[in-house]
Amino acid sequence: MRSLAFEDWSGGGSRIHGLDARVKLLGALTVLLCLATTDRESATAFAGYFALLTTYLAAAGIPLGGSLLRSLIVLPFVAGIAILNLWGGDPSLAILILLRSLLSAYTAVALLATTPFPALLRGLERMLVPPFLLMVLHFVYRYLFLLSSQAQSMARARKCRAPLRRGRTPLWKASAGAIAVLFARSYGRAERIHHAMLARGFQGRFPVLAETGTQRGDWFGLAATVMLAVAIQITARFWMG
Amino acid sequence: MSTSAIIQVTNLRYSYPDGTAALNGVDFQLDLGETVAVLGANGSGKTTFLLHLLGLAEGKNEGEIVVCGMPVRKKNLAQVRQKIGMLFQDSDDQLFMPSVEEDVAFGPLNLGLSPDEVRKRVKESLGQVAMEHVASRPPYHLSAGEKRRVALAGVLAMSPEIILLDEPSTFLDPPAKSSLIEILQSLSQAKILVTHDLILARRLASRAVYFEHGKITAEGDVEEVIEAAGWDGVSRPSAVAAR
Ligand SMILES: Nc1ncnc2c1ncn2[C@@H]1O[C@H](COP(=O)(O)OP(=O)(O)OP(=O)(O)O)[C@@H](O)[C@H]1O
Ligand SMILES: [Mg+2]
Repeated sequence: MRSLAFEDWSGGGSRIHGLDARVKLLGALTVLLCLATTDRESATAFAGYFALLTTYLAAAGIPLGGSLLRSLIVLPFVAGIAILNLWGGDPSLAILILLRSLLSAYTAVALLATTPFPALLRGLERMLVPPFLLMVLHFVYRYLFLLSSQAQSMARARKCRAPLRRGRTPLWKASAGAIAVLFARSYGRAERIHHAMLARGFQGRFPVLAETGTQRGDWFGLAATVMLAVAIQITARFWMG
Repeated sequence: MSTSAIIQVTNLRYSYPDGTAALNGVDFQLDLGETVAVLGANGSGKTTFLLHLLGLAEGKNEGEIVVCGMPVRKKNLAQVRQKIGMLFQDSDDQLFMPSVEEDVAFGPLNLGLSPDEVRKRVKESLGQVAMEHVASRPPYHLSAGEKRRVALAGVLAMSPEIILLDEPSTFLDPPAKSSLIEILQSLSQAKILVTHDLILARRLASRAVYFEHGKITAEGDVEEVIEAAGWDGVSRPSAVAAR
């Protein structure tokens, strides 16, 4: 679960790390849109986006192996859909879905690995995302791994007390109970965190120590990225069609 | 009310929204610079009491709480929270920013201080708890003792006049506990120390109160209160051996 946290990377000091978070958000959004519109007729574009993202990560000094590994996290979620298509006799669609999902995850990894989370939130805030939503995002990000370790220890405790499951309580019932407890605990934690925040003067808005100033180059970088992403798509279409 | 009181609580009563009566008439006073130990069984209302001093409990309460001359009401909350800092029972609840530095900066930034002033305070308060070397690390990779100290730095960075400590020695091993005691002894602020740990109470507090069912049922000298509560045999090896 630790692998979900990107702090080891996002704290880096490269020029890319210092870019305005809005630039990176919009850049990532463009690539995601392009990936979503890539189909059988332009499948070679995937190679282009892979190269684009890899160059970006390399320029920021992020380990490539680790980034690829973290992108694989979506695999269990899309593998099912891909297998269904494979069965349905459409292997090319299966591959398309797999590639699209993996590259989308790779894009998200590239964004998170090069942008400290508070900067990302500040970027979203400046793009007029509602503060309430930002606060939820912040909590989820920060406490996901605590929650998962809580779930793990509950599972362990259950195994200790019931080493052999005797077919009485169906699994779904036991899990529903566990989820209810987990929810109550998370709720309690969220409440206590909120108290701790208010105690230190929280006014509904996350303060950032070092506000990243936007430089003019940042927006040129974005413009270049958007043009490149679109160009990859168009070239792939002509080349294949 | 004596002139040196910085916290004055009169007949405080409170029930949680689900109907649990948590506080049943608490009278309490804290004087400038003193440390008072708050003892009491689990569920006797100690944490609820601390939350009230910061105006953090939901719903209505009866009675009066005055902090540094200000009644704890909505319009004073920002100022009250500047005067009082609280170290929470579970440091994981308190350390929510991605790096130690940013976490310690959270309070001062909320006070609206300039970035330079904030950086100065972060450095100073991390220095006070001897944790400068972890400034750039994420807080959740730290040990329990380190987390506790970083959380304390976050409180100190707001330069409060009063510090509330909720079970500060939980999860700490003996060396970590000793170093926390030393740090707390070096702080000049008035403190309310909620604890089950008699070593901590004896070393830090000059006075104690005992909570029972949401009320203070004994108060005075630390040893007297420990005895009145019947806790004096609890921590001694002989009592354990006799069982
Ligand atoms: N959020 C809540 N909703 C309802 N009841 C609560 C809530 N929090 C605490 N209580 C109840 O209020 C009473 C006082 O709880 P409190 O946490 O203040 O006790 P405490 O003295 O701090 O205990 P401990 O030593 O275990 O920390 C208990 O009966 C508890 O069950
Ligand atoms: Mg408590």
